[in-house]
Order: sequence, then C-alpha cells, then structure tokens
Amino acid sequence: MKLHKASLFGLYAVLELASNPKRQLSATDIADKYGISTHHLAKVLRTLVRSGLVQAVRGAGGGYRFSGIVNRTTLLDVIELFESLESELDAPAPQGQAASAVIEELQSITREIDDLTKAVLDTITLETALNGSRQRALSPS
Amino acid sequence: MDQITIRNAVLSDLEAVIALDLVGVSEEKPTYWRGIFDRYVTAGKDGGFFLVAETQDEVIGFIVGEVRAWEFGSPPCGWVFAMGVSPQTREQGVGELMFQQMCERLKKAGVTIVRTMVDRENKLTLSFFRSQGLRTGRYIELEKSIDGL
Repeated sequence: MKLHKASLFGLYAVLELASNPKRQLSATDIADKYGISTHHLAKVLRTLVRSGLVQAVRGAGGGYRFSGIVNRTTLLDVIELFESLESELDAPAPQGQAASAVIEELQSITREIDDLTKAVLDTITLETALNGSRQRALSPS
Repeated sequence: MDQITIRNAVLSDLEAVIALDLVGVSEEKPTYWRGIFDRYVTAGKDGGFFLVAETQDEVIGFIVGEVRAWEFGSPPCGWVFAMGVSPQTREQGVGELMFQQMCERLKKAGVTIVRTMVDRENKLTLSFFRSQGLRTGRYIELEKSIDGL
C-alpha cells in the first residue's frame, strides 16, 4: 500500500497535535519536525480543520490544536479525508466473457486486500498509535 | 469506580457470564458455556484459565484463554478465545486488567506469545486488542462457504 502524500502528512499532523492536545503548533513547527513541505502541509491542515479534527487558533502565537477524540479517531478516519483506499483496476471495455471473468476475479482479490487494509487501519486509534510511538521512543530498535 | 478484583471463575458465575456474553448478540449459548465451565472451571483443564472481573460482588467481565500446542503447526502459544465486559463498566480498565492477568498466567505456563481471533467487523474488540499491543500475526485465517456442496 502506498499512501498519498496528503494522507501521510495528515497522519503526521494529527498524531503530533494529538500527542498533546493543549499545545498549539504552527504548520512550520510540524513540517520542520517531519522534514516535509510547509506549503503542502498547510493545505492538509485546512482539510483537517474542516473535518473538525484540528482547530485553527488565530492571532499572535496562533497555530493548530487537536480538537478530536483521541481514543475514538482511527488512522482510517484521517486517511479517508484524503483518499478512498480502493484499489483501482483499470479495465477499459473488456471484449468477451472470458476477459470479463478475469477482471472480475482480479477485482475480487483486490477487494479482499482493500478490506484487510481497512480493517487494520480502522481499528488503530490515534491513542493506540501514540502509545506505540512512545514505547518505540523509549526503547529504539 | 470501586475496586476491581480479578479471580478464577467458579461455577456460580455461569449465569453472569452467559448474561455478559449475550450483550450485543442475538443468540444465547448456554450449552457452549456449560461446556466451557465443565472443562475450565470444574475439571480445571491444564494450561487453561477462566477469569472473571468482579466489583461489589458483581461479575462485570470475563476472559478465557489456554495454552495450545502445535495447532496449525504452531509451537505452544496462548490463545484468548472469549472475553466480555459489561457495557456499563467499559473504558474503565476492566478489559485491560483481565487481559494483563491472563497474559501473566499464560507466561507462567511457559508461553511467550498470545493470540486471539476477532471478526473484522467487531471494531470494539479489535481496537481493544490493538490497544493492548496485539498486531496481525504470522497465521492467516482462510475460509470458504461449503453451503452449496
């Protein structure tokens, strides 16, 4: 699975902000920490604000703050703000039943993979991912 | 919340466990649970553990697990195959306490891995086990409908 950049940046931002919901961070703070483009992250943050997961704090010293529910929001909730995670099987007008059958079989296999991917991402809450990250930080491999 | 005690299940817990297991499902399974109590409580199956969580003399959760060896070619490992917490006491650490105690007992019984299997639509239970550090394991469950045979 290859996540779109926007999904990945969305996960970085949400996890960073959710790790301390009282803290405000600017797009630059987050972008610098993860070594990503501030410009691209700013666009991602606008989507996160519209979703209600993140709140924009205006004024001097303003920035972004997590406003979601850390033990209710899953990784899939964040990713689906940016992409659908459905595999695309381009099949331009197959000729005949045999070709259609092959395409249908491949579609059924990719559906199985998509369902498994979603089942994993939809059961890892931000809280669980943050706990895992903290444990890794304490005992780096 | 009042003090939670985790203890070995006893026969008189049967009705409470059946009631807890019934939450969210349409079918009561008294025969299944009598069989489980027979094997894990009365007979005290070797390597098997049936624990309940209790507060103020009320059973608010249960967990059942055991050591299984060489099923599907796997070296001995612990399986948690049934678990439930009263909806009124969820998100208060009851499941975590029971699971930790189960892991301790399984470890004392000599295994180093604990496994379970959960319906992929059961987000509540899947999220719980993930919060306890479980991840997709080495074995893949496969199935096929044989209804049309």
